[in-house]
Amino acid sequence: MRLDGWVPIIVFALIWEGIARIHLVPAYIFPSFSAVMSEFYHLTVSGVLIDNLASSLFRVLAGFFLGSLAGIMMGTVMGCKEIINRSFHPIFSLLYPIPTLGWAPLLMIWIGINEMLPIVLIFLCSFFPVLYNTITGIRSVDGDLIKAASTLGASDQKILSTVILPLAVPNIFTGLRLEAGMAWRVVIAAEMVAIPTGIGALLIRSESLLRVDVIIVCLMVLSVMCLAFERIFQYIEMRLTEEWR
Amino acid sequence: MPDIELRNIRNYVFNGLNMKIFDRELLVVIGPNGAGKSTLLNTIAGLVNYDGTVLFDGVTVDRTATCERQVGYLFQNLALFPHLDVASNVGYGLVVNGEGREGALNKVDELLRLMKITHLQDRYPKNLSGGEKQRVALARALAVSPEVLLLDEPFSSLDTGACQCIRREVKKIQKKLKITTILVTHNLDEAEEMGDRIVAMNDGRISEVADFMQNCAGCRIDCYCKR
Repeated sequence: MRLDGWVPIIVFALIWEGIARIHLVPAYIFPSFSAVMSEFYHLTVSGVLIDNLASSLFRVLAGFFLGSLAGIMMGTVMGCKEIINRSFHPIFSLLYPIPTLGWAPLLMIWIGINEMLPIVLIFLCSFFPVLYNTITGIRSVDGDLIKAASTLGASDQKILSTVILPLAVPNIFTGLRLEAGMAWRVVIAAEMVAIPTGIGALLIRSESLLRVDVIIVCLMVLSVMCLAFERIFQYIEMRLTEEWR
Repeated sequence: MPDIELRNIRNYVFNGLNMKIFDRELLVVIGPNGAGKSTLLNTIAGLVNYDGTVLFDGVTVDRTATCERQVGYLFQNLALFPHLDVASNVGYGLVVNGEGREGALNKVDELLRLMKITHLQDRYPKNLSGGEKQRVALARALAVSPEVLLLDEPFSSLDTGACQCIRREVKKIQKKLKITTILVTHNLDEAEEMGDRIVAMNDGRISEVADFMQNCAGCRIDCYCKR
């Protein structure tokens, strides 16, 4: 972020600090910025924040990686083979609109309340958007490029790996970037509802103890993680495509 | 380079098309939009389904996949790979056909020099002019040493000056490499300048054939207008 991007954030923090110090609202309801930062330090040093963040991060990475991988693979097959697309599209069209958390009760019964639950939820959250973005990316490749590759002697597999997938990268990464943030939202919801560890669980425990400072710390960490994930994918996409787009 | 023969070709455009293209000649197929000119090239390249027989030097290629027909195809929109730089575009056919790195680099270098685009080798297609793209596309098509060169209105997007310059170079290269070539166009001047022989096509049929080498300009105009 550029220096001028930090200015509004610093101003916001100063205003927050100023309002909190006027004590219009009790500190346990509206803690000051410095109090939140102090709590952030304590939670980090004690390891509470790191442990919970690590739990959430593992779930997000596992679910997101598996869901994205499956989405890219299935999307590639559906994008290339019309018969497969026609076979699966009606099923996925019915499943895609279901909100990810809507699956939670069913999954609790099927796989239980354990480490797999948030991973499967994130898998579902990542799978469908990446699937559809991959299909769109593959379908949007100019047919003449495929014909050109074919006349130059490329087999179907070579065309897929050297022309279709590289040109579908921008669409695939759009899906990945959007869902990277969504995966964090889903894991927090799952942890708040069913899992005793992770940032979501820390949030819900803090709410029951009326620890607004801890809640704000968790929200700030979440914000940073969502932003970091989106920026990482944005960066990778840019590196892969900036020269030719 | 092969003679090409089409026997009783039938598909969504042709209804029993018969045609022969002779070894090393540059045949121009002229006709209005929708006449079937591009479909003719696609049929020879194996890019569309058809009934009938296509023969290269008397050998049927109907069951030969496009990637094995050894045709160089210059598409109307040139179809340069946007994610590859010029050198990679030109070398694409060599790489996918398993040519060694050294051999591929040498061949690419040779073609870049032939087309006078060595200075463009690191650029991406988005940073090329129309004429430069044309040269890159032609170099790419020639890289795989095709037996047949198919040119689908490749000069249509160029301005008059660039167009004439490229035409002359294509003709020169075609004669130098002695490659059987089919050029489709709806531009009569282009047909006159480029063709050893001109075929007029309309509604998927050959309507007249004029032998350009025998100086029958009137005939050519007639057959083009005969719609």
